[in-house]
Amino acid sequence: MGALMVIFSLQPKQRSKTRDSVEDELELSAVRHRPEGLEQLEAQTRFSRKELQILYRGFKNECPSGVVNEETFKDIYSQFFPQGDASTYAHFLFNAFDTDHNGSVSFEDFVMGLSILLRGTIQEKLNWAFNLYDINKDGYITKEEMLDIMKAIYDMMGKCTYPVLKEETPRQHVEVFFQKMDKNKDGVVTIDEFIDCCQNDENIMRSMHLFENVL
Amino acid sequence: MATGVAAWLPFARAAAIGWMPVANCPMPVAPRDNSKRQDELIILNVSGRRFQTWRTTLDRYPDTLLGSSEKDFFYNEESKEYFFDRDPDAFRSILNFYRTGKLHYPRHECISAYDEELTFFGIIPEIIGDCCYEEYKDRKRENLERLQDDQEENKDQKLPNMNFRETMWRAFENPHTSTMALVFYYVTGFFIAISVITNVVETVPCGTTANQKDMPCGERYTVAFFCMDTACVMIFTVEYLMRLFAAPSRYRFMRSVMSIIDVVAILPYYIGLVMTNNEDVSGAFVTLRVFRVFRIFKFSRHSQGLRILGYTLKSCASELGFLLFSLTMAIIIFATVMFYAEKGSSSSKFTSIPASFWYTIVTMTTLGYGDMVPKTIAGKIFGSICSLSGVLVIALPVPVIVSNFSRIYHQNQRADKRRAQKKARLARIRISKSGSGNAFIQCKRNGLLNELLELTDTEEDEQKLLTKSISLLESQHHHLLHCLEKTTAHEFVDEQMYEQNCLETVLPNYPSRSPSISSQDSSAGTCCGRRGKRNSPLPNASLPSTHQGPLQELSAIHIQCGDPPFHTARDIYIFKINKKYLNII
Repeated sequence: MGALMVIFSLQPKQRSKTRDSVEDELELSAVRHRPEGLEQLEAQTRFSRKELQILYRGFKNECPSGVVNEETFKDIYSQFFPQGDASTYAHFLFNAFDTDHNGSVSFEDFVMGLSILLRGTIQEKLNWAFNLYDINKDGYITKEEMLDIMKAIYDMMGKCTYPVLKEETPRQHVEVFFQKMDKNKDGVVTIDEFIDCCQNDENIMRSMHLFENVL
Repeated sequence: MATGVAAWLPFARAAAIGWMPVANCPMPVAPRDNSKRQDELIILNVSGRRFQTWRTTLDRYPDTLLGSSEKDFFYNEESKEYFFDRDPDAFRSILNFYRTGKLHYPRHECISAYDEELTFFGIIPEIIGDCCYEEYKDRKRENLERLQDDQEENKDQKLPNMNFRETMWRAFENPHTSTMALVFYYVTGFFIAISVITNVVETVPCGTTANQKDMPCGERYTVAFFCMDTACVMIFTVEYLMRLFAAPSRYRFMRSVMSIIDVVAILPYYIGLVMTNNEDVSGAFVTLRVFRVFRIFKFSRHSQGLRILGYTLKSCASELGFLLFSLTMAIIIFATVMFYAEKGSSSSKFTSIPASFWYTIVTMTTLGYGDMVPKTIAGKIFGSICSLSGVLVIALPVPVIVSNFSRIYHQNQRADKRRAQKKARLARIRISKSGSGNAFIQCKRNGLLNELLELTDTEEDEQKLLTKSISLLESQHHHLLHCLEKTTAHEFVDEQMYEQNCLETVLPNYPSRSPSISSQDSSAGTCCGRRGKRNSPLPNASLPSTHQGPLQELSAIHIQCGDPPFHTARDIYIFKINKKYLNII
């Protein structure tokens, strides 16, 4: 008799599981994306036809459905940083790439972003970096936003570093950053202050050209 | 790095521009892609079947045959293709691995043939995808077991250098190894049977003597039975002692179930010998004789089936326990109900709730002895409900237990398998992660060694020996990690160095190299003068991560790293000049 009761109590769990999987299936089949034509992308970005082909093949290989969602994005990005936790930074990167904020990065978003990063002018690149740091996209970088970004970057380093990472290291780094960037000391960095300051910094200027031969 | 995502490396590197405005140190130089050749189609001819794929597809996994230069050995100049004299069917799944990053095990393939193919192409089977991994492991285990069984059948020849003890143990464990073992096996079996029969016959009434009533045979022929008992116990004792002597691990043998049964079987006899025949303890002595029936369990050494039954009971113990619990619940409920129902009737046998237990059990198991019967109407109603539900209760456990046995048995096996696989999988992931992390650190060390060698103008060949030829992909990945180091002004180290550093922060012992060292071993040192600090993990004072401040070298030479930061190439150049000038090697 007790056994009967137990058997009945086991049933509902299984039913809910099947319901979830059906919903999942519907979701997956709905999200399938085909990008615009090669000519259009060629016109919109600064990549040649061949480069777009190579990019798309790689993209579609990892994401056969044609879009990247945040989880996959985090997975892929984390594989490059095995020692630390790259998920927070991947989250910010994802938001920076997902320009239309629909929760997934299509091939167009991907290739537009890459076009700016690899072939854009310094202005455009700095703009992109500002957009990355400005988490709520209100045009100002506050100390909290910068701290989040900094923590995310330091998280990627992981635990085993030399010298040992301390709790206040990101905060101090943010202080240095604000000292440099915030000219009028109003506690936020605007896009103009940012671009101005970066253009006056040789180091940053030089490093912006670093990845140009990536593709 | 799982080079399955090699296609995304350019993206990750491009995204690194996001770190640039935050970094305060100059970035390292990017590796050059000198072989800027167009992506080309290569033809792989496997026993006549031609497969075509892009070169970059194969380059994704540089530590396999097809991804490395090893395939050049198979290049056919005339037909401009790579020819492999292997099975084309198995090759399909291998090529799919390069294409999709997932290795699948085709179920129709023979497991050893598949393994051979994997080994040939340099692919480790651990990266088989989760969908096929269980099947692969199952087949592999079956195969292994089959091979082992075959081996064991051939293992009956006596190994030349086994000492007497090991021979004895083998004889005990496996009676078919020699005739002596077989004889021993049958003799002990015979004596166990004799002993059990003796115990049984002992209590049979044996006919009357002249002036006394029926007495059991045991009391009539006391001497005979005593001799029989003594003989059996002697045999058992000798056997136990011999097993104890021969066991490879005596402690483990003494803890095993069989040895406990042996001990319990022979102990009552000795206790009986020790205890005198006074009246107080003879009652307890009689109880001890009950334990003689445990001799029957000694048969489990002789019967495989008994052992399996015991094992399955053990593994289903939780299920049985639960069923017992629910049965107990039902019994208590019905006993209570019956007791209160029959309370009114006079001369009722249901004197208390525990007394009603007996009625409930007898009714529920449909035995119905009839020694306790309800007399009131309410009692009869509840009694009938009890017996009806009893039918259900009895009908349920038997098939449930049987199906539970097989289900739980297989489930346990599968759960253990999955747990072991999970452990193995996590270990794989950890190894590959640490491998890639360590690869970077290794590379840094090699790079440093190279630099030192350059300075001393050693031979080209020696340099080449030290540079492990890493692929462009690896160098690009390492450059990316290097940029991250520069951005955060911290370095990656491996676990050991990290532990060392941690210890050193706890114990403050600063090696005094020169009195003019300022304690500001800032991370500026790591940024621009990392090379100097490499070989000695210096203790970490609580450092602000500023980037001003002096830098410390092995021989305590300071190099300023203040504003503005140097041009990367110039920085290194100056550094090298200084090193050469001061004769540091």
